[in-house]
Amino acid sequence: MVRHKSMQAFGEALANAETQLEIIQNRCTLPPFDETYQSIGEGPLTATGIEVFQVNVGKLCNQVCRHCHVDAGPDRREIMSRETMQLCLEALAKTDVPKVDITGGAPEMNPNFRWFVSEVKKLGRHVMVRSNLTILLAKGYEDLPEFFAAHGVEVISSLPHYTATNTDKQRGEGVFERSIEAIRRLNHLGYGQEESGLILNLVYNPVGAFLPPNQAGLEADYKRVLNVEYGVQFNHLYTITNMPIGRFLDYLIASGNYESYMQRLVSLFNPAAARNVMCRTTLSIGWDGTLYDCDFNQMLELKVGFGAPMHIKDFDFAQLRTRRIVTKQHCYGCTAGAGSSCGGAIA
Amino acid sequence: METYYNPADLAKFASVGEGNKKLMDKFFSWYNEVFAAGALSEREKALIALAVAHAVQCPYCIDAYTQSSLEKGATLEQMTEAIHVAAAIRGGASLVHGVQMKNVYQKLSM
Repeated sequence: MVRHKSMQAFGEALANAETQLEIIQNRCTLPPFDETYQSIGEGPLTATGIEVFQVNVGKLCNQVCRHCHVDAGPDRREIMSRETMQLCLEALAKTDVPKVDITGGAPEMNPNFRWFVSEVKKLGRHVMVRSNLTILLAKGYEDLPEFFAAHGVEVISSLPHYTATNTDKQRGEGVFERSIEAIRRLNHLGYGQEESGLILNLVYNPVGAFLPPNQAGLEADYKRVLNVEYGVQFNHLYTITNMPIGRFLDYLIASGNYESYMQRLVSLFNPAAARNVMCRTTLSIGWDGTLYDCDFNQMLELKVGFGAPMHIKDFDFAQLRTRRIVTKQHCYGCTAGAGSSCGGAIA
Repeated sequence: METYYNPADLAKFASVGEGNKKLMDKFFSWYNEVFAAGALSEREKALIALAVAHAVQCPYCIDAYTQSSLEKGATLEQMTEAIHVAAAIRGGASLVHGVQMKNVYQKLSM
């Protein structure tokens, strides 16, 4: 059943990052991720640069998806202030980091979202926005497609499946239909059309305790079905593995799938995926300016470590781009099978 | 409660090779090649395996190929149709032997 509020709103134990970490680290016996990673012979997991500033501008969202690792929802009030956004811009200006990936929650619901996008564009950087699509039809947000097009924003949107049944099961009743309508509006402006330069990428998440299918094969299925049945287009499909965090962790435990899911992730550890995990080239910034290695570590409140500066106000490019990554057992989620990142499969 | 089938035993499949590693290695080499994409896609092969698993009523195989079908991108509708194919062949196989029954019936009847 789809939720209407976050786990935090109900005071559930798993809303707490420490409780989640305790489960991830101790609930079943698995080889430590660090040891498995180091078995590929490259020493500890370390950043190789920063190509993406991933800025999480808040946990406020108009949807309450069953698999959400953020535990986002309409009741969440943690959002990035304009002052913190200003600090992000100042840090960005000191670097040649080419991409800014804005996420949430529904990032568009942050009142300073449009200002932030415009300022990032003024710095000449590429902007990606993780949009849930249905927000584009909500009152007060209907002109977002035009705003995105005017700023050349790359839109990355979850559509867990090309069937209404599977999508609505994960994201709520009617979400598929509204998502298709939002894609139509984006298509109308040129999004998803090769020649326009306006990029619309979709994201597949498994609707359950299993790994994603082959990305290229599933992209072909999505393109065929969405074009034939609904007349809509997009550029690329990203397949993303569900991390054992937040509501997906809650689901895994409640459904009795936790141990077998974790064991499957470990058994499918892929050195090629491990070498390319996105944290090696990403810096994740939380709503309050705290720095993390990725959005998953952010939700587990695992700040950057090993001496790296922990807040955007102390940003130090040289130190951060060679930092050692903080890892725990959930990191197996990015290294299993074809691997997983915010840009889809990595191996 | 003790049962003949334990889901945890599926992960011990390779241990069957302890009595004869050479034969088991040959089996897995062939098995893995069978399920690689060829003239049929990996998803089609997983769905065939799922249907056969139901026909031979192998709980381990149903477990493994339900997961495999999902991980190859199959939908519940496709998986359900696959097992209906298995059921239709099983049912049809019984019914088509009715021709034999009729032959014997006709021979024995006045």
